[in-house]
Amino acid sequence: MIALLLEPFGYQYMVKAIWVSALVGGVCAFLSCYLMLKGWSLMGDALAHAIVPGVALAYLLALPYAVGAFLSGILAALAMALVRVRTRLREDAVIGIVFTTFFAIGLLIVSISPTSVNVQSIVLGNILGISDEDVVQVAIIAAVSLVILVGRWKDMMLVFFDENQARAVGLSPTRMKILFFVLLSACTVAALQTVGACLVIAMVVTPGATAYLLTDRFGRLIVIAVTMGVVTSAVGAYASYFLDGSTGGMIVVLQTVLFLLAFAFAPKHGRLAARRAAGAQVEPAV
Amino acid sequence: MKPASAADLRTAGPTPSIVVSGVTVRYANGVTAVSDASFALGPGTICALVGINGSGKSTIFKTLMGFLKPAKGMVSIAGMEVRDALKRGLVAYVPQAEEVDWSFPVLVDDVVMMGRYGHMNFLRIPAKADRDAVDDALARVNMLEFRRRQIGELSGGQRKRVFLARALAQGGQVILLDEPFTGVDVKTEDAIVGLMRDLRSEGRLMLVSTHNLGSIPDFCDQVVIINQTVMAAGPTETTFTQDNLQKAFGGALRHFRLGGSDLHDDADGRRVTVITDDERPLVLYGERDREKLAGGDKEGIARDNPKSERQT
Repeated sequence: MIALLLEPFGYQYMVKAIWVSALVGGVCAFLSCYLMLKGWSLMGDALAHAIVPGVALAYLLALPYAVGAFLSGILAALAMALVRVRTRLREDAVIGIVFTTFFAIGLLIVSISPTSVNVQSIVLGNILGISDEDVVQVAIIAAVSLVILVGRWKDMMLVFFDENQARAVGLSPTRMKILFFVLLSACTVAALQTVGACLVIAMVVTPGATAYLLTDRFGRLIVIAVTMGVVTSAVGAYASYFLDGSTGGMIVVLQTVLFLLAFAFAPKHGRLAARRAAGAQVEPAV
Repeated sequence: MKPASAADLRTAGPTPSIVVSGVTVRYANGVTAVSDASFALGPGTICALVGINGSGKSTIFKTLMGFLKPAKGMVSIAGMEVRDALKRGLVAYVPQAEEVDWSFPVLVDDVVMMGRYGHMNFLRIPAKADRDAVDDALARVNMLEFRRRQIGELSGGQRKRVFLARALAQGGQVILLDEPFTGVDVKTEDAIVGLMRDLRSEGRLMLVSTHNLGSIPDFCDQVVIINQTVMAAGPTETTFTQDNLQKAFGGALRHFRLGGSDLHDDADGRRVTVITDDERPLVLYGERDREKLAGGDKEGIARDNPKSERQT
């Protein structure tokens, strides 16, 4: 039995998949704490889809895929800014139009050109088959992002909470926001390998949203979210060995299970607690 | 509320002042929000910033916070450029309630500690001086017992006091307060005004934007009345007059005059003037334009506001 449970660790590709997933899951969870508080959750989704053509082209031209991803991410951001300024469309419509366009172009490139990369590994991720060069790229991106976030988390919190106060203590909110989006794009690129373009959104939203139900302090929010991101990613990668299923699907399902548990049982902000509080009042809460 | 503590004295720096001279601010879309505005304020001052919505009050605030750059003219705070004053943490800002995300996962303590970020190292790890400053600030606004609450769990008045405490913890010598009395009960308003008086006697400079015209003569020694530009600025006694207010507010101000047989069965020479911007009204007792209306004003309530006249 124990031999069976330890079996995945006997394969180098499994060990690699587990630690890379855990690292990426942790950084994405860190970013999710900020993203979901600003109502920017869908930006993560948009970015993940928008970088697909860049990744496809990079593979086609044998460039590091992070370069291509990054360039098309920036191009998409500029396109969104342009459409927003030049039209009277609302933000969600602008995001919807731009990211689907980019995603469609990406699919087209992948489908009509004979490359080693297939559509499935971009859209659904392929951590089990990740190449060593890609591991290096992902590890560097994730490690650098993590160091920056650990060093600047309070400043970023202040910018996200109160830009005026950030300015009053001498920070530049614009610069911090640019830094945040650069990190977000970089980590989205990294997460593309583990869970694929479709599920990146879960990685950069669910852990933060779950932790938000469990605590009222930002520091703890980060600790809970990152722990959850690391554990679910590692366990998801590990479990996919036995289920022979999609790693990305497994990770996100695990995260959703934790979210549902928090949603129901969180001590203060869960549904049961809310019902209890409502029951304790003389008048029913409106 | 407690008198000044050692922590406040430690943070005393350059003499607070605001000089706005010939300032024109244009937004990116080409709209000129404020043109050729000038006023100057010194230490130990509470100044009211008065004007209708859209008159440029928030533009002035944003300019003082370095968020907007004047297209013309210059702004200086404590004799420095805005950017340098901000770097030194001289300018503290108490936001309007609507500007704050009250569901943000921070406790009262955390918010007040944000005022200390400028005093901390790169990683923002609080030292004892920072924790002491937070304790002192919370004590001054009587919020120590609520320090472990999430900010959304507080009442309107308590929320205001948290952000005041943050400004105190920061040691801001120039404090900008945006609508501090909106959604606040009278008791809290009195407490806030009391605290502001204390801060004034410590030599700090406060600029308060408010619609609460009635309270202004109580605690503001200076008034700046704006409507796209500065219509009037100076000491409250000479500047905060019915004429100046009417110039700035025009038809947006409700203006009732009660006199004649309104208050008594017999015609009464005394009269009361009530001017209101839909919050606490300004009540003027006395004789202004008595001659003009004396004896002839059978209509009782005269309304200078044409809109409300149509309604009657």
